[in-house]
Amino acid sequence: MSIKYTEDHEWAKLENGEVTVGITDFAQEQLGEIVFVELPEVGQQITVGEEAAVVESVKAAGEVKCPVGGTVTAINEILADSPEKVNDDPMDTGWFYKLTINEGENLDSLLDEGEYKKFVESQE
Amino acid sequence: MNDQKSLKQTALLDFHKSANARIVPFAGYEMPVNYEMGIIKEHLHTREKAGLFDVSHMGQISVRGNNAAQLLESLIPVDIQSLGVGRQKYGMFLNEQGGILDDLMIINHGDEIILVVNAGCKEEDFDYLHGRLADRLSVEKMEDKALLALQGPLASSVAQSLTNTDLSNMKFMDVREISFNGIPCLVSRSGYTGEDGFEISVSNDQSVELAETLIDKPEVELIGLGARDSLRLEAGLCLYGHDINEDTTPIEANLNWAISPSRRTNGERVGNFPGADIILSQMPKNVSRLLVGLLPQGRAPMREGVEIVDNDHNVIGQITSGGFSPSLGCPISMGYVDIEYAKKGNELHGIVRNKHLPITVSNSVFVPHRYYR
Repeated sequence: MSIKYTEDHEWAKLENGEVTVGITDFAQEQLGEIVFVELPEVGQQITVGEEAAVVESVKAAGEVKCPVGGTVTAINEILADSPEKVNDDPMDTGWFYKLTINEGENLDSLLDEGEYKKFVESQE
Repeated sequence: MNDQKSLKQTALLDFHKSANARIVPFAGYEMPVNYEMGIIKEHLHTREKAGLFDVSHMGQISVRGNNAAQLLESLIPVDIQSLGVGRQKYGMFLNEQGGILDDLMIINHGDEIILVVNAGCKEEDFDYLHGRLADRLSVEKMEDKALLALQGPLASSVAQSLTNTDLSNMKFMDVREISFNGIPCLVSRSGYTGEDGFEISVSNDQSVELAETLIDKPEVELIGLGARDSLRLEAGLCLYGHDINEDTTPIEANLNWAISPSRRTNGERVGNFPGADIILSQMPKNVSRLLVGLLPQGRAPMREGVEIVDNDHNVIGQITSGGFSPSLGCPISMGYVDIEYAKKGNELHGIVRNKHLPITVSNSVFVPHRYYR
């Protein structure tokens, strides 16, 4: 199991044919204290690059793009009442949604951890 | 980061940086948006204890000369002539259409009148004043002064611990010369948070020493512009350039209280300020739209620019300020709605990312003021 990253600071983790999507620690740090998360609906079809979720901090709103196309199988219900989970634990319990990948799509073109780290350093 | 070079600095910038502030460009200055605590905790700390803000980017202008109060009344719809020495009032500069050029504080400091104006407007304000009054009055920028705000329920006990001046008889909008730990300051009991507190004009040279003296007190934390904005929004206080601007009149902005009775129809010195005909004809509420408080019913914040629609999906207003209220734990907004929709309790919708989400017209003061009157 490996975690892949996008240049928009999302992460995607493939496990048993299902991908979990969230935002990175760098992203939550940049956004500041998160007060609202809008998630897609279970069953919703999402295409790669689509703005499938929205995250709002005290300062601003940001769109979360989908790193890979697929069908939403679960959303993180906790975030409705505890959006601050995304600040506290962005890579684990602060996940956004899970999806099954469309046939023919994969995470291969996304950044691995080392590439993402380098990308973040270039942004700072 | 090339634009950083053209940005101005307050005397406290290095002090903010050493406190690990997140610095952002604001109104042409490098300003702290938050410190290590973060916006929400800074906000709550100010409501519970005391917060220290650097607001030195704001303009302080000294006006001196014979009949200064009378001459300023030709520009500001406020009774300045009977403003006592050591008192402060809120007012605004207006254009000929009654639109607001800037909102400001007016201080009677004995032989001078001090105007405290918004950072983003201060050059225009100075040119405006200078152009109209410099032939009869001295109009000077007080560029050697910093401005700090100490706000919150413990602000008065903190301030009292640093001076022999009895602060218990200094009421909201009173102004005194006070020495804090030997540092001479001009202090008004006022602020932009809805809390009791003080706005402190101090020389640039001694501003860091004063700030350090204040944050040495365990009750006091540094507060950035982020929490300053959420605090003022909870208190229902307008932000220039957002809730009020050149296209909004004070009456539309629900600022009737700021137009002094003596300057209104049937007052002793009725009118004779820019836009007087329009403003007086709009009083008390003869306007087509009104600034109101708006309470989103869900958890999604509704920010500046969100359109407000009625049940038939007609656009009947727009949000001018909005965000998350740390004190209430929910989103709050203010904005203009057509007058027929301005009644408290009216249920409307705001359009957020193409969704129509319920929002209710409410009191614009979301968290009650706790001024020391």
